[in-house]
Amino acid sequence: MLKYLLNRLFWMVPLLVGISLISFLIMHLAPGDITATEASFNPKTSEESRQKLRELYNLDKPVIVQYGLWLKRMSTLDFGHSFASHQSPVFWQETDKDGNVTKGMIQEALPITLLINVLSLSLIIAIALPLGVISALTQNKLPDRSITIFVFIGFAIPSFWLALMLMYWTGVSHNWLPISGLHSLGAEKLSSLAQILDTLKHLTLPILISGLTGLAGISLFVRNGMLDVLHQDYITTARAKGLPENTVVYKHALRNALLPLITIFGLSIPGLIGGSVIAESIFAIPGMGKLFYDAVLMRDFPVIMGILTIGSALTLVGNLLADLAYAWADPRVRKGVAQ
Amino acid sequence: MQQKPKTLKFLLTALFSTLLTTILIGCGQQKTEDAGYLNKTYPSEAGGTLVDALSGEPSGLIAMMAGESSASAIASNIFNSLLKYDKNLELTGELAQSWDVSSDQKTITFHLKPNLKWADGQPLTSEDVLFTWKTVTDDKTRSPYGADYKLVKSAEAPDSNTFKVTYAQPYAPALDSWSGLHILPKHLLKDQDINNTPFSRNPVGSHYYQLDQWKKGESLSLKRNPNTTQGQAKIDHLVSRIIPDRAAQFLELMADNIDSMSLNSIQYARIFPSRPDLTAKIAQYKELGNSYTYLGFNLKHRPFDDVRVRQAINYAIDKQEIIDGVLLGLGLPVASPYKPGTRWSNPKLQPYPYDPHKAIALLKEAGFEDHDHDGILDRDGQPLSFEILTNQNKEREMSAVLVQRRLKEIGIDVKIRVVEWATFISRFIKTGDFNVVLLGWGLGLEPDQFNIWHSSQQAPGQFNFIGYNNPKVDKLLEAGRLELNPDKRMKIYHEFSEILLEDSPVVYLFAGYGLPAIHKRVKGIDDPAPPAGIGHNSYEWYIPTPLRRNEMSAE
Repeated sequence: MLKYLLNRLFWMVPLLVGISLISFLIMHLAPGDITATEASFNPKTSEESRQKLRELYNLDKPVIVQYGLWLKRMSTLDFGHSFASHQSPVFWQETDKDGNVTKGMIQEALPITLLINVLSLSLIIAIALPLGVISALTQNKLPDRSITIFVFIGFAIPSFWLALMLMYWTGVSHNWLPISGLHSLGAEKLSSLAQILDTLKHLTLPILISGLTGLAGISLFVRNGMLDVLHQDYITTARAKGLPENTVVYKHALRNALLPLITIFGLSIPGLIGGSVIAESIFAIPGMGKLFYDAVLMRDFPVIMGILTIGSALTLVGNLLADLAYAWADPRVRKGVAQ
Repeated sequence: MQQKPKTLKFLLTALFSTLLTTILIGCGQQKTEDAGYLNKTYPSEAGGTLVDALSGEPSGLIAMMAGESSASAIASNIFNSLLKYDKNLELTGELAQSWDVSSDQKTITFHLKPNLKWADGQPLTSEDVLFTWKTVTDDKTRSPYGADYKLVKSAEAPDSNTFKVTYAQPYAPALDSWSGLHILPKHLLKDQDINNTPFSRNPVGSHYYQLDQWKKGESLSLKRNPNTTQGQAKIDHLVSRIIPDRAAQFLELMADNIDSMSLNSIQYARIFPSRPDLTAKIAQYKELGNSYTYLGFNLKHRPFDDVRVRQAINYAIDKQEIIDGVLLGLGLPVASPYKPGTRWSNPKLQPYPYDPHKAIALLKEAGFEDHDHDGILDRDGQPLSFEILTNQNKEREMSAVLVQRRLKEIGIDVKIRVVEWATFISRFIKTGDFNVVLLGWGLGLEPDQFNIWHSSQQAPGQFNFIGYNNPKVDKLLEAGRLELNPDKRMKIYHEFSEILLEDSPVVYLFAGYGLPAIHKRVKGIDDPAPPAGIGHNSYEWYIPTPLRRNEMSAE
């Protein structure tokens, strides 16, 4: 088992290098660099100063040389500094000689995105699981049909539109929830409990919206997994033994139906650090989605590469975790791995 | 590079906007509280908080280092320049009390106001100005704005109140350039690397306000600077909330969580008039913006090298229709690249009228007729057909559609291509690989537009990318740079605009209005707006005590 783990971890390194090389090349396929976006159309700027910037950022060198420089920095886990954001460190905070701390861009954007994604994923699971089970048990009857229609509407409705409508309804028509942002003005004067409540109020709509769009996937997955399992021989056996229907459904069927979900959760680990550009823009949340999108538009290469690298590393780790969890949960797989 | 089905996208956009507008109008039938108290007159008093919305977050507050408009919007409340533009867009002193130009027009001497201070109490002297000049021209400074200041041959600070710059030859735009350079404190920055100094997030300036608190990604709060060099402002705190989405900003404005934002034309001309509850508490303003939108020809490509073709296209486009359709009437046609109403704009000039017959006649003269009867004009077997290239910007995309339709009526086949900004610049503008672009330029406060129209400015990355080349215009632009006398300069630029209009290297489409909406609790705003816009006297704005927002009511 340990050997298997070490083997997997070892192969991650060349894989990451390969992914980063491809990302780097694709990033440079898009025309333009920071000097084409930052103040590029202001007649007060000059081509000489832009050329100077290109040299300072090594953008005048061949792409492969730039990649080499990047890889060299990365080998010491140095994510570099943003081009567009006043040389802010991309990943983690830095302290200069006078003791001033400059926070990293990912460091600042990550916590809020993680919080929203974890909360909305929990919400999705809490709702999608029972919905999926009910659907499977009432297959093709009214509850199943209405649940399917509901989750599909949630999936298909343009989330920016729904967000705006809900913001109008709960924020302008009725003064129930704040409209955008993370904190009310002057919230720092409140007690800490009131502050947490204030933040939760701000997060209600974003979590609700992203939860609604995510329902369809998981609930249909559970439904189909359940249906599959319910037609298996061992369920018939369990019923034939005269077990109560509840035990059959929740102990024998559901546990087996949930196995494939492990893979889904493993794959959603990198998704936890990716924010939605649309939701973040509408709700004015300074998260990862907006950070990445703005970096792409500004051609802020160190930030793009920083987020991509962390994302791909997490994808690989997520895959590994999913496989391990699978082996832990399913003896059949465990034996296969051991052999 | 995407090529979109324009009509479909246009229709969808229109459908969505209509839908949203209807819903917003429909929802409006509710509490119309008595807002009479907002319209009473109140005596001017100090205090209060003004909350506004920013679409993007500044990357730092040293304007010469940060390119974004949000950075200069905030920084201009914190830092001073030597000069500024007054309400009629004439140059006047800010830190400088006066300035003299030597008789050979090469040396400018600025005399600073006495006893200037930084917000931290340290004296602000000509040493600081000299330090700022050295910083912006330093080769290690990662700023794209150094060019104007590098023309200074020598700069000196003979005493603490005098700053003297000498140019190799007279340079008229110099004065404007000194209105755009925020003076930085030497005592705080002299040992710092300007490229990543923490000062950019924690600045010390000399203007009305100083930074109070910066919540990353959320808001920037400013408070009054007790040591201001320009006299005390009335409002105590300025809070700018960062809300990227315009629709969300509008909802916040409706819910009274922010006091001011700039509206788009649908909000201004459709939603507001139908919502008495909004007009009762929010005042709408209109000020001419600082840019114009144009259709620019690649003059190196045929048939745009022929002035008759360019003029024909100019005659064939109905500018008023674009203003009405795209801006809902909230714009002006322009006939020169200068702001109407300022001294540089030549009042004699009129935009080309909409005249399709004249357009057809001019094209015929140039050899274009529909010889093969396919509905499209042709010359020597070549159909008159081209692509309009523009970047992702609603107003520009919609204008392109209207241009396309009008040109089709006289037999010109136009396709539209919309590309993302960085791609647009690197792939098309820099390489000169385009026929016609739909873009915008600034309506300069400084009349010098050498970089845009002079024939020497055509290298890749320079701004005369349409390839305009007229020796007469070159001469005028050179003369305008050497002339510091405003009246003589005015004549030069009036003549320049006249030739430019006749030559028609670009079709001026419109100059749009800026449409700020401000809650009526804010008093002392000039309406109608002077040429400089309503913001010119923002330090005199005040919020009477009874109208102030309850400190913790921002929920």
